[in-house]
Amino acid sequence: MTSSADERSARIQRAERVFEILVKSNLGENVTLFEVEAPRVARRHRAGQFVMVRPHARSERIPLTIADVNRERGSITLVVQAVGKTTFEMTEAFAEGDSFSNVAGPLGNPTHIAVPGKAEDFRGTVACVAGGIGAAPILPIARAFRDAGHEVVTILGARRKDLLVFEDRLETASNELVVCTDDGSYGRKGFVTDVLKSLIESRRSGGRDVDLAIAIGPPVMMKFCSKTTEPYGVPTLVSLNTIMVDGTGMCGGCRVMVDGVARYVCVDGPEFDGHRVDFDGMMRRQAMYRPEEIASLERYRENDPSCQLQPAVAAAVSESEDASATAGEGKAS
Amino acid sequence: MTDPGKPGLTPEDLAARVEGRKGLSAKQRGQLPKVFWKEQDPAERVRNIREVPFAYTSAEARAEAVRCLSCKNQPCVTGCPVSVDVPGFLRLVADGDFRGAIRLIKETNLLPAICGRVCPQESQCQENCMVAKVHKDLGFAVSVGKIEAFLADWEREEGGVELPPVGAPTGKRVAIIGAGPSGLTCAGDLRRFGHEAVVFEAFHKAGGVLVYGIPEFRLPKDIVEAEVENLRRMGVEFEFDTVVGQTLTIDDLFDDGFDAVYVATGAGLPYFVNISGEDLNGVYSANEYLTRANLMGAYRFPQEDTPVLRRENVAVLGGGNVAMDAARTALRLGAKNVYLVYRRSEAEMPARLEEVHHAEQEGVQFRMLSAPIAILPTDNGWVRALRIQRCELGEPDEKGRRRPVPIEGAYEELPVEIVIEAIGNGPNPLIPKTTAGLTTTRHGTLVVDEATMMTTRKGVFAGGDIVAGASTVILAMGHGRKAAAAIDAYLKNESASEAFVTA
Repeated sequence: MTSSADERSARIQRAERVFEILVKSNLGENVTLFEVEAPRVARRHRAGQFVMVRPHARSERIPLTIADVNRERGSITLVVQAVGKTTFEMTEAFAEGDSFSNVAGPLGNPTHIAVPGKAEDFRGTVACVAGGIGAAPILPIARAFRDAGHEVVTILGARRKDLLVFEDRLETASNELVVCTDDGSYGRKGFVTDVLKSLIESRRSGGRDVDLAIAIGPPVMMKFCSKTTEPYGVPTLVSLNTIMVDGTGMCGGCRVMVDGVARYVCVDGPEFDGHRVDFDGMMRRQAMYRPEEIASLERYRENDPSCQLQPAVAAAVSESEDASATAGEGKAS
Repeated sequence: MTDPGKPGLTPEDLAARVEGRKGLSAKQRGQLPKVFWKEQDPAERVRNIREVPFAYTSAEARAEAVRCLSCKNQPCVTGCPVSVDVPGFLRLVADGDFRGAIRLIKETNLLPAICGRVCPQESQCQENCMVAKVHKDLGFAVSVGKIEAFLADWEREEGGVELPPVGAPTGKRVAIIGAGPSGLTCAGDLRRFGHEAVVFEAFHKAGGVLVYGIPEFRLPKDIVEAEVENLRRMGVEFEFDTVVGQTLTIDDLFDDGFDAVYVATGAGLPYFVNISGEDLNGVYSANEYLTRANLMGAYRFPQEDTPVLRRENVAVLGGGNVAMDAARTALRLGAKNVYLVYRRSEAEMPARLEEVHHAEQEGVQFRMLSAPIAILPTDNGWVRALRIQRCELGEPDEKGRRRPVPIEGAYEELPVEIVIEAIGNGPNPLIPKTTAGLTTTRHGTLVVDEATMMTTRKGVFAGGDIVAGASTVILAMGHGRKAAAAIDAYLKNESASEAFVTA
């Protein structure tokens, strides 16, 4: 009795969370992969969920979608695109062996692995569309649909070759992978929306269908994917990553209008019907702290002697504006 | 209520009163002038986040305590949700026995430094104070809250905190969900009974509403930290970053060997008025605004990374303590005009009198009998103004508060850049949603047996705002205390029946 109580207590002591960075690797320009020890999150995680991360005691709490888990190692994989102070700091100031202060989750609703409007046992074709580092959060979703017996066609796109991540992992997780770049530097030249459209049309001409599209990436990319599928009546899910403080329904900062009703991304989402999301409103809200984010990043740069000062700031700021808040600070999915 | 304009009593006056206290009749005591405490000057304090009232000195606390009439029927004790022996501890304070007084309070209230500051005394212990009745002014009640806070501060800073004795280990283990006032109280009491207590908290810090909601200037955070540290010293364990319902479920906790669970997850779900424009940039729930400013330290941005918008003109919707906290926080974040927009009149406002008074002193502009009807946008989707409709008071509603009735055609636009909605919070749905066997009311609160605080699921107890709806810190503590006693009885009973079965 006592020994099992001791064991329990020791287990809880061990779980007295050290969110150690087991692996850190660079996936491309300003894109970093972290494998972080978080056994309880790994145990519970299902495709589509996210964590709130507070890298150190003065940091913001930012939502990051879980890209992968390793239950044996008790770890989760996060892919972070550096766009603001917190994410630059994560990628620059944290090394393997360091730990993040807090990682809470898994949060949000898991992806429902089924085709909306069809019977649960229906198996069809699912198009997983990833823009930029949207590749990371879409990975577990693609895998879950494929494991459930659906045909998964993944479309992976980025502006140019060096911004493509997870090509290999998505290849394994999908029945078919199509890669495209805006500038044609790798794969097909064109936008993911072009590929998505031609996929739907080619399936239709063969008497088949794309039964579901799932789009994850920058808000503007998700908006246009939704616009692409709408005329074809293909149900489309998007996974949103908005500004949050707690991630559990307490602050309401993440609210987004869906079909004219305010919904919380943290507890009602993060996935919504892309045909009903007010993307413009969401993008506007994502930019709410833009001046503060820029000031914070500049201040970080000025205080950091190791960086290349002004040019880096300018580049980072333009990059982040470019991505139209690939969702504000903390956008990782 | 405070009145810094009143001439203060000299140290000699105070000493003489204490010296001569034994010879005073009840009538004479009732006539003694109230000892007012000092406060930071309003113009000065809106530029800092330090606590507004200065604590009583020991001489002031003793002299104020002499005013207590020691009424036989003890209306103050009746008014206290945890029945603190008010006349008892006031007598000890008057005698200068601060140690005895704080011990007496702690028999029923583990967190006096907090309650002394955040309880609505004027509707609890001080409401029926006979001294106030003598003066025909509630503001002249004995300052029970201020004396309580003084005692707790004295103990922490000078006396050395005495921890309540921890009971002999029972081998039983209780999970407490939520490190707010209710959970903390329950955990402390469970240790007194000898049970292990592990508190699971979603945030990275303990305190719940005491740290995310109530601002520093009303409840200094080092006080909350000190109380939490005391609980740790009593053996309470804390598990942060744990969102029960997501990271773990209640079933997991039982599987992990916990013998009982106390759910104290609070009322964390913000309500919005539901008017047009709530999705504009610059609209906050008070929860978000205060959490950014307090818990995340946004008032120190950019030293701390979390930002909060700073603008000159701010409207706060609501009339409760949270609305006052948000309005006063906005002033401290540099706002020039802060409007408090409330549908009814000042008399119906649920906020503590002291908070209303402080807000007025600091320059919060009260717009009573004003119903918000729309938030108006700029061309690029930010808040430009709040449109309000003037109201008059009609018939009382089911709670006895007079209902606001719109005056036709009487509209006004307040030019503001930020709107903070503080109209109330609902119970957090995460636990009810993820736990089988829990029955909820139509408001989403958990159904409990009032005598034991046990939910409809065996071994799962609940209290605080998840049961009461948005209520007070002291009521939440009262629930925590009641539940701890019931959990203790339940665990003993379970052991007894197990022993019976094995035999």
